[in-house]
Amino acid sequence: MSVIKKNAPGSNELLMGNEAIARGALEAGVQFAAAYPGNPSSEIIGTLSQVAKEMGIYVEWSVNEKVALEAAASASFAGLRSMSAMKQNGVNVASDFILNLNLSGVGTGGLVLVAADDPAALSSTNEEDSRFISKLGDLPLLEPATFQEAKDMAKWAFDLSESINSLVIVRSVSRISHARGNVILGELPQEKKTARYDTSKIFIPVAAPLRHLALHLKLKKVQETYETSPFNWYVGPEKPELLMVTSGSGWFYSQEAVRTLSLQDRVGILKIGTAWPLPSKLLAKHMANAKRVLFVEEVDPFLENNVKELAAEWSPEIGSWTFYGKSSGHVHPFGEINPDLIINAVSKVMDKPYAPREANYGKKALEMTKSLVPHRDLGFCAGCPHRATFWAIKNALKLDGRGGFVTGDIGCYSIGLGPAGFYQLKTMHAMGSGTGLATGFGQLKQFGFNQPVLSVCGDSTFFHAAIPALINGVYNQSNFVMVVLDNSATAMTGFQPHAGTGETATGSPAPVVDIGKLCSSMGVRVETCDPFDLQGTTEKVLDLVNQEGGVRVLISRRKCALVKAKGEKAAYKVHVDPEKCKGEACGCARLCTRIFKCPGLIWNLEKGKSEVDEVICTGCGVCTDICPQSAIIREENR
Amino acid sequence: MNLSKDPLNLIIAGVGGQGNVMASQLIGRALVRESYYVTIGDTYGASQRGGAVMSHLRISQDSQFSPLIPEGQADLIVALEPVEALRVIAQYGNPSTSAVINSRPIYPTAVTVGEAQYPSLDKIKETIHELARKSWFVDATEIALSLGAPIFTNIIMVGAVAGTGLLPLGRKTYEEVIHESFPGAHLEVNLKAFAKGVELIH
Repeated sequence: MSVIKKNAPGSNELLMGNEAIARGALEAGVQFAAAYPGNPSSEIIGTLSQVAKEMGIYVEWSVNEKVALEAAASASFAGLRSMSAMKQNGVNVASDFILNLNLSGVGTGGLVLVAADDPAALSSTNEEDSRFISKLGDLPLLEPATFQEAKDMAKWAFDLSESINSLVIVRSVSRISHARGNVILGELPQEKKTARYDTSKIFIPVAAPLRHLALHLKLKKVQETYETSPFNWYVGPEKPELLMVTSGSGWFYSQEAVRTLSLQDRVGILKIGTAWPLPSKLLAKHMANAKRVLFVEEVDPFLENNVKELAAEWSPEIGSWTFYGKSSGHVHPFGEINPDLIINAVSKVMDKPYAPREANYGKKALEMTKSLVPHRDLGFCAGCPHRATFWAIKNALKLDGRGGFVTGDIGCYSIGLGPAGFYQLKTMHAMGSGTGLATGFGQLKQFGFNQPVLSVCGDSTFFHAAIPALINGVYNQSNFVMVVLDNSATAMTGFQPHAGTGETATGSPAPVVDIGKLCSSMGVRVETCDPFDLQGTTEKVLDLVNQEGGVRVLISRRKCALVKAKGEKAAYKVHVDPEKCKGEACGCARLCTRIFKCPGLIWNLEKGKSEVDEVICTGCGVCTDICPQSAIIREENR
Repeated sequence: MNLSKDPLNLIIAGVGGQGNVMASQLIGRALVRESYYVTIGDTYGASQRGGAVMSHLRISQDSQFSPLIPEGQADLIVALEPVEALRVIAQYGNPSTSAVINSRPIYPTAVTVGEAQYPSLDKIKETIHELARKSWFVDATEIALSLGAPIFTNIIMVGAVAGTGLLPLGRKTYEEVIHESFPGAHLEVNLKAFAKGVELIH
């Protein structure tokens, strides 16, 4: 049973940060939510989608983040509380709309954008700090530090948005969004608003300088509210030897550092939840009591530099300070922060030694295990269609022999950069960039360029951002092959449905936007293949590569093995016939385990033969076709 | 029940796809039922595709901790895969750490390719005995297969954790949470998997 829709105020529940945000929005009476999935944000809208029908709200997976925020804004213009949630890259995609919406303002329904950053790029290609969009767009920013706050802030953000008719940004990070902790539930409102657009209103950024000025006045008002916000608090002595100023997950680490080093009587922590505009008076009050200040925050020195800017204005009336943080090198300005890092930073600043464990034990543990623990490379799952497609591409390009290469994109198939995809991908940037880059490579013939170029993109990525690139290629008559890796899911982010799957976010039937027909309508040659037919796929890739000139599209279609495993039983029972497998003597260089690398195939060192691991194998049967001895046997699963 | 230490730190380690998140949630929800503060940090993202994954659980009577356990601070390590126990104890272990370990390996591609060797189970046991205060090796995957599917491994391991008595939870609380989490047809086999896990330790 979903606790998200539980109307039990005061109930103590274990919620994921993203679920807490979704719950906060429900407690605020959100009626419209739209997003494109992207971690660490996906479960916010995902959670709402599961309860949408029952709770009478509208939830959609939009085609991309810009469209998602536009859709949500329209609901706000029509008077409904609405929200969108996206990862840091999504904020980039939506930024053109955000930086006009700030000037136009929102409607009478509050509009909240949750930006979930991914420090250390745990599930991202890049690392960035999306808090800057708040400063860039003069938009109020809230940063939850606990799971409870994630819920409470998401709820209050709608009130704030309505009080100034502005978009409000809630910035989370992976260690809040994707972690779980205690949340005390509040009440769920029962009333629903009726949507109506007041035609006397216009939402435009025109007269931009005047609106820009008005925006600054709105922010002044927000700043006054922030000065007494319960989302900011201080713990510690009245005059601390060191004042830690922190936000977001930095609060957890700061608290743990002070506790671990037993510095509660000497170090104070000022936790800021209202991160933009900063509550200047509150900061001045606490900074007047300290001479040394340490900033603890995720990714960039946002708090750090903005507080320093304020401090420059206060000085010399209030005082001067020694600052520690990202610019001093005490907290590194890249990657993720963690408790060890902050304990060590405080230990250094306060000159209080810290050893995480008995030094001898630590040394022994590392030495004893070092040679025993093999690295685990990321790989495609057993039965993944991407492995088969990359295998076919690799062989086709080798047969072609002109130095062809693949431009990559964002999705599970990004793993194709490494050994699992036989090192086929040579580029990876933003959603749709693989095809955008291919359109440029495909224009280089007049400069002596003669290598075949293939772009790959997933089905969801195709809809998100690859279509404009494809049209660009068609219009400008670029020379490349676009391979759509259609696995019928937004697999990397949690198998969300999309425009090609025939299902909406809330599980209703939807029209299928046919990728093949869409491409055909542009007048390009479109081929379809089943990647599990390795030979057929290889031949098709080769044929498409050989047809010089113009854009050609290959749709490599096979359902994601993980999606398949949820609803269907394995197609085959697969095993290796030990009589037929010749092992190292075969001359195949252990094609199955060394080169094809499906995790379901293992190498029995003692017997010198390949085997199938029944725990891992999903029964796709593809490896049967690669064994030169026909030693891998597949039997239909009845 | 009182905690033997505050915060009490538990790590569930495994390989992407083994069901770490489900195991950590079951234990976490059982603890919240008993009014503890619980914070869970799971590995999300690309590592879920065959990489080494961990769930950190921080259990406290007085405050919400971060979802990351500092170096050397694990009190209990639960490994769904044997070399993952070694990987985790190296960074998070200390002389008082206990460990419950499933003995069925999942070979990394580096091993199947032949670039790396997988240590023998004897060697793994010897190393864990040297580094942990107390340890249990159990054949959870074999039992899961006997119940019909390898995916029950995680619930069997949760049962084994319950069997150790190292968490401040009675068997009934775990079972209540299993009831909540697996409504309908899946309930019985999961309760059975849990019970088999408890038996592995007794």
